[in-house]
Amino acid sequence: MESRELAIKFGAPAAFTVGLFVVWEAVCRLFEVPLTILPAPSDVFAALWQYRAPIVDNSFVTLWTTLAGFLIATVFGLVLGIAVGWHRALYAGIYPVLVGFNSIPKVAVVPVLILWFGFGEIPAILTAFLISFFPIVVNVATGLATTEPELEDVLRALGASKLDIMRKVGIPRSFPYFFGSLKVAITLAFVGAVVSETVGSNKGIGKLMLDAQASFQVPIVFAGLIVLAVLGILLYAITAAVEKRFTGWAFRGQAAH
Amino acid sequence: MDELIRLDRVSMAYGRAEQAVKAIEEVSISVAAGEFFAVVGPSGCGKSSLMKLISGLHPPLGGTLTVEGRPVTGPLKKVGMAFQNANLLPWRTAAQNVLLPLEIVQPHRSRLRAERAAYLDRARKLLDSVGLAGFTEKFPWQLSGGMQQRTSICRALIHEPEILMLDEPFGALDAFTREELWCTLRDVQARQKVTVMLVTHDLREAVFLADTVYVMSSRPGRIVKRCEVNLPRPRDLDVTYTQPFQDIVHELRTLIGRH
Ligand SMILES: Nc1ncnc2c1ncn2[C@@H]1O[C@H](COP(=O)(O)OP(=O)(O)O)[C@@H](O)[C@H]1O
Ligand SMILES: [Mg+2]
Repeated sequence: MESRELAIKFGAPAAFTVGLFVVWEAVCRLFEVPLTILPAPSDVFAALWQYRAPIVDNSFVTLWTTLAGFLIATVFGLVLGIAVGWHRALYAGIYPVLVGFNSIPKVAVVPVLILWFGFGEIPAILTAFLISFFPIVVNVATGLATTEPELEDVLRALGASKLDIMRKVGIPRSFPYFFGSLKVAITLAFVGAVVSETVGSNKGIGKLMLDAQASFQVPIVFAGLIVLAVLGILLYAITAAVEKRFTGWAFRGQAAH
Repeated sequence: MDELIRLDRVSMAYGRAEQAVKAIEEVSISVAAGEFFAVVGPSGCGKSSLMKLISGLHPPLGGTLTVEGRPVTGPLKKVGMAFQNANLLPWRTAAQNVLLPLEIVQPHRSRLRAERAAYLDRARKLLDSVGLAGFTEKFPWQLSGGMQQRTSICRALIHEPEILMLDEPFGALDAFTREELWCTLRDVQARQKVTVMLVTHDLREAVFLADTVYVMSSRPGRIVKRCEVNLPRPRDLDVTYTQPFQDIVHELRTLIGRH
């Protein structure tokens, strides 16, 4: 990459973020916005530093519940996606149910999960899982369904079984779809974990923010938001990098057209 | 010559019972081993369906269909197919794409892992023979449309099938590339003595390449004419400008009807 391009790719968002904080700080000082409504970035970062120990502690909880939910969603989504993409009957049967399930706001499920599993990390993991598996299923199934019928004929005429065709064509073909959906799923899992923490939990960034809000420690609430933003970006960046690493051919193919 | 494929009043339909769409009606043809036959006809008349039928991908509704004297009951395994779209796997190189059938058919399937280098060599040689030396390690997106189609034909040939089935293989190519590929296909067939079924709606292509041209009627497809092309082989592209060639093309054209 050219240095000019690099400067635009990394410099521009960095400059924009810094600019945003500067404007935010200026607005808070100029209009003397009360701390309990909108703390200035300097207050937020001060809180971030002061409460670093509990913040780090709770971040780890949020992070691991997110990742645990995401991992379950990945395995489950992959298996269900292959099953749905494999059989037209399964597709016809399961797909409407999945769409129906997916349209339930997951916040509404959290109380039920708490009822069953009590306060703690399990409802957070399950919410992260429930909210994030759907895009994986849909993408894997779509990837399998895009196998060209003519290529299937070429292989079937040689006596290939359905499993052969899946292994040689369908599954590799659905790789880019699968990895693409991971980006979406990790973000959703993160949202799910935090939502569950704010509804009822005893740990995690969501819970930390809830407690801070209850005691009017508004800078900590905003410090929590910043931590969430940073974690969200990190998780997304990691899955995006994994995607690029494993499905380079799909990106190259696009670049060639 | 030995008879390889025989269809005796074969019909075929898609779907069942009342909703069935009849695609082919009472087709009778006989193809000798090593024969190059072409099937032409209006779009939707059942040419591709005839191919599916002979390859064993779709069962007949009535009549008898035999290959090498045995009734066809399922995929033949002795066929190689290529279509208008090359359908190469984008994550594999040209040589790896050509190897794909060997990962399916026995005995290659079980030997492939141990003798991968030898098999890759075989794929490369085949690609060389159709003018793709130097492109064997390229990915499909690095190949032109004509090169992709050559690769696709190699993929159809790698397991040394008895019947090569081509469904409008050159339909998406420009006129010059198409004529180059005619010559490639002509040479491949002369060398390997494989039986070729070519589905096309390019009458010049059919007459230039085939020994026999079958003309089908619009749906449900019937054979309305069997036409032997007695132009001497090996044929050169110049033959397409001669009177006998043009007479045959003209005759076929009138059979298909003008719109
Ligand atoms: N899978 C299918 N299901 C139902 N009808 C089909 C199917 N494939 C082809 N047909 C019908 O059968 C007829 C012949 O199709 P096809 O063999 O593809 O024609 P051609 O290759 O000559 O253009 C067409 O009318 C088409 O609509
Ligand atoms: Mg067709």
